[in-house]
Amino acid sequence: MRPARHRPYRAALPIAFFAAAGASALGPTNATAQDPNPDVRFVQGMIHHHAQALVMTDLLTSRSQTEAMHLLAERITVSQRDEIGLMRRWLTARQADVPQPPVTLDQTAGHHGHGMMMPGMLSDAQLQQLAAASGAEFDRLFLTFMIRHHEGALTMVTDLFATPNAGQDSWIYQFASDVDADQRAEIARMRQMLTATTEPPHRR
Amino acid sequence: MPRRVITPIRTLLAGAGLLAAVHAAGAQPPNRAFDDPRVGLGAGTADAGVALYGLALVAQRGKAGGFFNPAAAGDFGFANSDLAFQGTLVFQGGYHGFQVWDVADPANPVLRTTLVCPGGQGDPSVYGNLLFFSVEETRGRLDCGPQGVQDTVSAERFRGVRIFDISNLDHPVQVAAVQTCRGSHTHTLVPDPSDPGVLYVYVSGTSIVRSPSELAGCSGRPPEEDPNTALFRIEVIRVPLAAPERARVVSAPRLFADSTGAVAGLWRGGIHGPDTQETSETNQCHDITVYPEMGVAAGACSGNGILIDIRDPANPKRTAEVSDPNFAYWHSATFNNDATTVIYTDEWGGGGAPRCRSTDRPQWGADAIYRRDGRKLTAASFFKLPAPQTSAENCVAHNGSLIPVPGRDIMVQAWYQGGISVFDFTDPAKPMEIAYFDRGPLADSALGGHWSAYWYNGYIYGSAIVRGFDVLKLTPTEHLSQNEIDAASLVRLDQFNPQLQPRIVWPASFVVAGAYVDQLVRNQGLSAERIAQVARDLEQAEHLEGAEQQSALTRLAVQLDRDASQAADATRVRALAAVVRDLSTSSRPVSYGSGVTVEEAAAQCRAQGTVPSSTTTRAADERLQMRCRR
Repeated sequence: MRPARHRPYRAALPIAFFAAAGASALGPTNATAQDPNPDVRFVQGMIHHHAQALVMTDLLTSRSQTEAMHLLAERITVSQRDEIGLMRRWLTARQADVPQPPVTLDQTAGHHGHGMMMPGMLSDAQLQQLAAASGAEFDRLFLTFMIRHHEGALTMVTDLFATPNAGQDSWIYQFASDVDADQRAEIARMRQMLTATTEPPHRR
Repeated sequence: MPRRVITPIRTLLAGAGLLAAVHAAGAQPPNRAFDDPRVGLGAGTADAGVALYGLALVAQRGKAGGFFNPAAAGDFGFANSDLAFQGTLVFQGGYHGFQVWDVADPANPVLRTTLVCPGGQGDPSVYGNLLFFSVEETRGRLDCGPQGVQDTVSAERFRGVRIFDISNLDHPVQVAAVQTCRGSHTHTLVPDPSDPGVLYVYVSGTSIVRSPSELAGCSGRPPEEDPNTALFRIEVIRVPLAAPERARVVSAPRLFADSTGAVAGLWRGGIHGPDTQETSETNQCHDITVYPEMGVAAGACSGNGILIDIRDPANPKRTAEVSDPNFAYWHSATFNNDATTVIYTDEWGGGGAPRCRSTDRPQWGADAIYRRDGRKLTAASFFKLPAPQTSAENCVAHNGSLIPVPGRDIMVQAWYQGGISVFDFTDPAKPMEIAYFDRGPLADSALGGHWSAYWYNGYIYGSAIVRGFDVLKLTPTEHLSQNEIDAASLVRLDQFNPQLQPRIVWPASFVVAGAYVDQLVRNQGLSAERIAQVARDLEQAEHLEGAEQQSALTRLAVQLDRDASQAADATRVRALAAVVRDLSTSSRPVSYGSGVTVEEAAAQCRAQGTVPSSTTTRAADERLQMRCRR
């Protein structure tokens, strides 16, 4: 079993869930003191990380003309959103702070940028650059940025296991392992798409 | 002792009245998804609603003391995982260690012992006096301590396969702990076909590769950057059984290499086109099921299902691979008894997600059933739990084993909170559920359900992640007769590790003949008139003795041979003829007389390796008489 892995076919959580999350996010999210528990910090950071993927996929819906890109975005949206739900529940159960980062560019613009900056995350300028692109240029930029973004998650997992006392909880261990496996898989797929944008990845 | 139901006559023809009674009692035929009794079961960790068909819950036991978190029943650090069997013992692995149940009386499992040894998944195997135990988490300690490992690089950390000497079950001694780069998510025992003193262990590691500072040579880099990467391989441990402390890794086969030798030669991850599942990269096996009598193994290896030649167990060779656009993660594999069919499971969502909802595609998160012809695998169908589950229930295809009903391919399988399902895949293109057991969701949205469900010596044992340990038995329905259940129960194993699949052989027995008769009635494989006569002939022959019985059976066998040429199901008629012929040469009925209770007589039958067959009250002297059948 790999308990934390979530890869739904269709969105399991309604958009309203995130609208609500966004509504309460109108403030700097990194203002609170750092939690002393490295597992909690990892989960909080990963919520920020995953939320930015939602900002990016939200941009894609109106800017890409490629069906494969829309499918990719849908899958990323669903998996990251599902994992955010898991992480929120885990933090809530531990009575730790649950970050409420923005999940659309509008929200991002409305308040102090991107919240906590985690490895691989886009700067405000890069987000604006992506938002300004369209068509094939958008696709290329999106893939490039999302690969970097996902690689950041791998860095976060590596950092977690390189932190004393971290990853000793079974759930965290599994969750981090699954994030690592899933993001690796998506990176591989996006690299294929980036090098062969004219055809979908073929099976071997 | 479990009270055995002793039926006077055992064919379906005679049992028609009984079947009617079962239906009148409210049991539902399966495969009617939305009015299925499993829909809408009440939630609760201890008091959830229960629906069952063709199965009876014989016993259930909660987790042993210390093996759960009183503050959070669903704490995954205490999850129960897989099962292994030896004698009357069931070894239940888990993330916190293992619990051992004595099921000498399956209706009354007794906790025999426990060992705290955290590290997950804790999949166990047992072989003689050795217990093998998979560890993958970074909290795993060489000394089994529960405190975890604080340092990021530590000589105290253990990830790999532990080997315990269980000669004294009250005091298991860890005699070896073989470290591997990715730890051991699962493992598979592979006896050396030429040396009974040697056992191999295939290690399937799926986890993060540890630092080379902790274990020399470990590298998690992609193969393009590091040809010695710990990804894209399994490890093979060689265990000298007389000196298990000398167990060590002897090879790391690159099972996914292509013809050029590139180690990442199979599925590279991703979708297969528009509207397909996203399939994981093939850089690991999740589970390997070996079938040594056939010299073959089936590997469920994340992005592909593969076949492996294991005749040289230290150097397994991939001989076939399949891919499926509906599969997310190739998880486990099971052969039918003659290895002409292979079932692969897809653990879409990783087991922690609800993937049996009415909105989930029936071919996603399901079993894929393949026909096997030597090295060739051909997709035949999918089987998925037919009853939709709620979004509160993590559910996807998971671990199971064959139920050895002669003449049919039947598997019992766990579906996490989808419960336990028994299905027939005799025709690989038309799998069909024939029995089930399901509880409602756990309280507090906890993850759980049945990790695995396996048949062992007449009962089905279920490992429940949160709720504990279940014992079930099959009950006759229109889909499965008492003869078929009894025939399956004749198969006795001294030891059973589900990933080490044994070849099943049935003894010559009247119940095996009865099972074939029931099947020919059910599938109309022989004319109704003839099969009714065959049933009567068998019934009569069973009550004869010595030379009389022998000649009656020989006569019947000859008639059946003749029947076969005109039968719709000639193969089954010939199988029946073969059993009858075997019986004619080896039949040895035993009778019991006055002063012996039914229970005592039944126990005597079992003590002789036979099953109690019938009770009749003789008019002449009012004596109770029972016959034992092989």
